[in-house]
Amino acid sequence: MKLRLRDLTAQFALLPTWAIVVFAYIGTIAWSIRISLSSSRILPSDDFVGLKSYYRLFSTDRWIISVQNVAIFGVIFIIGALVIGFLLAVMLDQRIKGESLFRTIFLYPYAMSFVVTGLAWQWILNPSLGLQQMMHNLGWESFTFDWLARGDRAIYLVAFAGIWQASGLVMAILLAGLRGIDEDLWKAARIDGIPTWRVYLHIVIPLLAGMFATALVLLATAVVKVYDLVVAMTGGGPGVSTEVPAKFVIDYLFNRQNIALATAASTVMFIAVLVVLTPLLYHQYIIGRRRAAA
Amino acid sequence: MRLSHHLALLGTALVCLATPVQAAEKAEVLHWWTSGSESAAVNEFKKAFTAAGGEWTDAAVAGGGGETARAVGVNRIIGGNPTTAMQFNTSQQFYELIDKGLLQPLDAVAAKDNWAKVVNPVVLGAVTRNGHIYAVPVNIHSNNWLWFSPAALKKAGVEAPKTWDDFFTDLDALKKAGIIPLAQSGDSWTQQLTFFDVLLGAGGTELYLKIMKDHDVNAVKSPEFKKVADILSKMRDYLDEGMQGRQWNQAISLVISGQAGFNFMGDWAKGEVVVAGKVPGVDVGCIPGLGKSSYWIGGDVFVFPKQKDPNALKAQELLAHVMLSPEVQVAFNNKKGSAPVRADVDTSSMDACGKAGLQLLASGAFVPGSDMLIAPDTDGSIHDLIGTFFTDKSKTSADLVDGFAKIISNL
Repeated sequence: MKLRLRDLTAQFALLPTWAIVVFAYIGTIAWSIRISLSSSRILPSDDFVGLKSYYRLFSTDRWIISVQNVAIFGVIFIIGALVIGFLLAVMLDQRIKGESLFRTIFLYPYAMSFVVTGLAWQWILNPSLGLQQMMHNLGWESFTFDWLARGDRAIYLVAFAGIWQASGLVMAILLAGLRGIDEDLWKAARIDGIPTWRVYLHIVIPLLAGMFATALVLLATAVVKVYDLVVAMTGGGPGVSTEVPAKFVIDYLFNRQNIALATAASTVMFIAVLVVLTPLLYHQYIIGRRRAAA
Repeated sequence: MRLSHHLALLGTALVCLATPVQAAEKAEVLHWWTSGSESAAVNEFKKAFTAAGGEWTDAAVAGGGGETARAVGVNRIIGGNPTTAMQFNTSQQFYELIDKGLLQPLDAVAAKDNWAKVVNPVVLGAVTRNGHIYAVPVNIHSNNWLWFSPAALKKAGVEAPKTWDDFFTDLDALKKAGIIPLAQSGDSWTQQLTFFDVLLGAGGTELYLKIMKDHDVNAVKSPEFKKVADILSKMRDYLDEGMQGRQWNQAISLVISGQAGFNFMGDWAKGEVVVAGKVPGVDVGCIPGLGKSSYWIGGDVFVFPKQKDPNALKAQELLAHVMLSPEVQVAFNNKKGSAPVRADVDTSSMDACGKAGLQLLASGAFVPGSDMLIAPDTDGSIHDLIGTFFTDKSKTSADLVDGFAKIISNL
């Protein structure tokens, strides 16, 4: 009886949270999906036109390019940030002098917004202002680095700028993990004569799995919502070559006055995230129950 | 000390009591004019409205293209708390609000002030829907100017162009002289502007109207349009690498300083020329549409959302009246760098470029801007197409024709 009362109080205390979840999250998602099936333009309308906006979406070159770009960006950004972040963490873990100084320097980019990162790299990489021009001024006339002005290469530079910013965060997370590894493990490995790189590869990395997962989730959310970096660095250009889905949604929502198409695009993004997330959640749920059972 | 303090307070209270309760016409005006020259211009409206007995509340939302301001305004209309007046571009941006019955018709003011006679027919047409007038057009901008640097052309040993063939001769000479031939911004709206300048200049107003107004796909597939696409295609060889990330004002600055030969930009570029201490038409040359000259009309309007308060209508009608009165039109547009929408006002204070534009307007060689003829959605598709074409040289002029035909046939 007592327990039940406590349950009730707990449920009651959770009511505001439930209200927020139902109305602010689930409600708005349902509303967006509903709008995407209508013929809304600047204002929401109540009619029903089926999947018309979705047909248009997938026959729009810019959307296809956006999806390809977010895939390219995502793979390079996540792998790049994890690898570089890990290497930085390992280096700092060697008990070097001035560690805190380096830690601050490496983490510093993360304290900046993507807009600042984007603008700074845009200036550095602009062929007529930045690096290339500097090399020309120094006398190296044949030096060319014009990727930012090339539609087929610019997205890699965007990913590079993203890595530059996010590696420090990955480093901080993994460094904390490395510090948590038992010293005895290292001693044992040394006695057994295992080379250091193998210890990292086969013992340390598996031990850091949780830390890697945390970093991965943070990086993955950054990939899905990448918008400001692109706006500041390339504006989606040259042409539409560095467009991303989030920018597509914003442009059609506010600028191009087609909220049906914008919500259709955001619904597709939502489904894509669900598709990735569901097996993960399911996996965790199963494991959690098994552990609870054991 | 304390006594004087109390006295001061008492005095303030008395002044407050003494102020007669005025039935001032209150107006909250939403706009995106926040740059130096723009806010000076909008201040002219405010001054005139206050002088006419109104009370102006400024609701400025920054952001050059006005997307943020429009989003705020539309949200307030939907939320049931609309501003008294709200800015839009002279375009189809507010047509849906009209169709949903959210905007106040202005037929009474328009009839009283005789708009039909004095206001330029194209802009008046753009604010008229189903026979009713729904907005006050306040200015006319022309988008299709070709700006050039006389100093750069002299250095390259060529004259200002009269035809498109001349233009390419000049570009070649500039390239040889080591000057950026054509300064172009990387923003897709400026690339689209360049495209329309070529369409109007090389294709002419008739072709432009056939495509943009009548949505005639055959016109897109005509040899005339192919010529336009070919010119645009050839132009790509004269752009520099710095295009990406360059803003429109940086592009015109290159022409002003003589580092570049040409730049396609609207008449608002004049603002930059003047700020740099140069004289438009002398230090920086202007051609109102190369080849077939014409005036491509754009501009701004104010709409008046329907209000719950019946008194608000009075303020709206007063504001509409004030904005279009001849003196205010001159004062506002001189600061804004645009042309007045009325043909019956004194324009002697305008510079050479502005006067050339007015001549075209008077001669009837004008067309409505593209966003008056197509929805923002379609406009966006054209942006993407032109932007891609400009930056991806593997796209041929035939690809451009196909892509454009696809957009037009979907209308």
